[in-house]
Amino acid sequence: MLEINDLHAGIGDREILRGITLNVNAGEVHAVMGPNGSGKSTLAQVLAGNPSYEVTSGTVRYNGQDLLELDPEVRAQNGIFLAFQYPVEIPGVSNAYFLRSAYNEIRKANGQEELDPLEFLDLVEEKLKLVDMDQAMLSRSVNQGFSGGEKKRNEIFQMAVLAPRLAILDETDSGLDIDALRIVAEGVNKLRSPENATIVVTHYQRLLNYIVPDFVHVLANGRIVKSGGKELALELEARGYDWIPSLTEAGTSVGSTA
Amino acid sequence: MSEIATDVVTREGSGVNDLVTRDAAKGSRKTTTTRAPSSIEVYREDFSMQKAGPAWLNQLRAKAIERFEALGFPTTKNEDWHFTSVAPIAERSFRSAIIDADSITAEGSDRRESSRRRSDAVNALGVKPADVASFSFGQNDWHQLVFINGLFDRALSSIDGLNGKLRIDSLARAIEDGSPSVEIHLGRIAAFDQHAFTALNTAFVADGAFIELANDAVVEKPIHLVFVSGGEGVSQPRNLIVAGRHSRVTVIESYVSLRESPYFTNAVTEIAVGEGAHVDHYKLQRENQSAFHVGTVQARQARNSTLHSFSFAVGGALARTNIYTSLDGDAATCTLNGLYLTDGTQHIDNQTSIEHLAPNCPSHEVYKGVLDGRSHGVFNGKVYVHPEAQKTDGKQSNNNLLLSPHARVDTKPQLEIFADDVKCTHGATVGRLDEMAMFYLNSRGIGAETARTLLTYAFAADVIETIELAPLKAELEKIVLARFADSPT
Repeated sequence: MLEINDLHAGIGDREILRGITLNVNAGEVHAVMGPNGSGKSTLAQVLAGNPSYEVTSGTVRYNGQDLLELDPEVRAQNGIFLAFQYPVEIPGVSNAYFLRSAYNEIRKANGQEELDPLEFLDLVEEKLKLVDMDQAMLSRSVNQGFSGGEKKRNEIFQMAVLAPRLAILDETDSGLDIDALRIVAEGVNKLRSPENATIVVTHYQRLLNYIVPDFVHVLANGRIVKSGGKELALELEARGYDWIPSLTEAGTSVGSTA
Repeated sequence: MSEIATDVVTREGSGVNDLVTRDAAKGSRKTTTTRAPSSIEVYREDFSMQKAGPAWLNQLRAKAIERFEALGFPTTKNEDWHFTSVAPIAERSFRSAIIDADSITAEGSDRRESSRRRSDAVNALGVKPADVASFSFGQNDWHQLVFINGLFDRALSSIDGLNGKLRIDSLARAIEDGSPSVEIHLGRIAAFDQHAFTALNTAFVADGAFIELANDAVVEKPIHLVFVSGGEGVSQPRNLIVAGRHSRVTVIESYVSLRESPYFTNAVTEIAVGEGAHVDHYKLQRENQSAFHVGTVQARQARNSTLHSFSFAVGGALARTNIYTSLDGDAATCTLNGLYLTDGTQHIDNQTSIEHLAPNCPSHEVYKGVLDGRSHGVFNGKVYVHPEAQKTDGKQSNNNLLLSPHARVDTKPQLEIFADDVKCTHGATVGRLDEMAMFYLNSRGIGAETARTLLTYAFAADVIETIELAPLKAELEKIVLARFADSPT
């Protein structure tokens, strides 16, 4: 589904990703872990197409397409979803209007019929339950005045409605108490399917108790320095990041093989 | 060189077209001058051709034209006009769109010229009920007064269900009838000693809307004043709203055009808000992009009264709106909100003034501007807190969104406080669309165009939200969405 090959990217003159290679197949959950500043969030933003980041070399193919050629909205229309680490507040646009616009734009791009507000409401009512959110939040402005936990739940709610094929969760666990974490994780787990894939970007292992990954990759200085199964996350939890040999050395990615 | 001119004239109040035949005047004053008259001289000339009114009105007009001549048009040296040059208005000779036929004949002005002007003044604009309906927010049961180039058109208007507690009429008729309220209030609220455009309007007081509410009168249906203008002259509607004790009314003023033309509207509205009365006032300036517009709304509020004002400005090549109120009695409240959308080479200026003259008065103000193209927006908001105005609670903000690198805005919130126990805040911002918000929307599948429209709309939405009149709110939402959905950048 996703093939990242020797990806280099950064902001301005500062290179942050220094050769990422990673393959993700349908049905898989990959955890990308690493210390602060290792490039985890940059990877997530680059995959979603944030224009603030510049890709300097390497390739990313998504279902056979050159992903880097596509505008962010086209990536979303093709099934990529990024749950933001810091969801953006948009005063003056209601959650319902925002999400229906997004939903319908994606439907339109895929040659499907758009839903009217009432049909859409039926759809979202069911998805709200998934993340234990009140219907009242639909009429509130997007993320405005939301607590940290509400913002993260709102991201998962959007993901549930938009039903992406490749979901990238960027530090979705940060700032969540244990109950909120469980709700968010359950939401993600319910959306797992053999057709979809998930990349979970996280600093801490605890989210992975709830969203059990198939593969764990350790990112350091913009490279994947170690890859393994879910037990790698536990080892990181027990031993920290320091034991990983030569964080500065070019690591070889051993992501899943197609 | 005598000739017979035949003109079709709609007389105010008759509701039918009269066929009027008159002797043409002989000669022309233009033959006696060797240079083109200045615009101020042209105003003086048209002033002298006006039909005389009652003595008090003639005196008021005379004082006003003298004051106008003494002040002249403001220049950018004038602090209130620092960011707005009115040269395009001052350098043009806009002939008065309402010159009474009798006066023209008596004064002996150029016949062809005057007949052309007169046919402008009557419904030669060809305004049909359907044209007006397009500006009526889908409402056909509101009171609606239609003015063509400033002249009341009874045939296009609909006023019903009046009773002894409410009068809605043309100002011309109220003057004719000798309504005491007119003489008491006209020219007493909108001061013209320092305001040249108000002086000019006052010199030409002839027609407009007159709305009078007796004590405790509550008008359920909104009153919509529609000013349709065209041609290349000046129309100077004058409106007077007198709201008695504990009365309640909603008035909307719409300034509209049916086609492109470089006319000048110079409107003044005076509002006397009685004790405990509540006035909702909306001004919608939607003139065509070649028009010139100066509109002043000036209110005086008695104790415990409320004024909610919303000013929407989207039209005109050069437009200025003044919303002024004085909080003249204990616990009077005002909310002055506004939205201006500029594009192309438009220049739209908004000035507000809130005079806190009494204690315990809250005043809230939010103005927003969205500026595109090479347009220029101006906001100048003054809040004066006089020494006796203790416990004043004043909040003022002005936020601007620049959609183009060539658009410009000058904002000047001013707070002057002479009392010591007050709570006042003010602030202004100028910004561009938030890139992170753009990316957030894009990342959800929403394309760049739609995202830009949505964010621009959202910027304007919270001030539109303050509009209580649902059909008006819906109309403004539609205008804003349509405006930015087509934005090329």
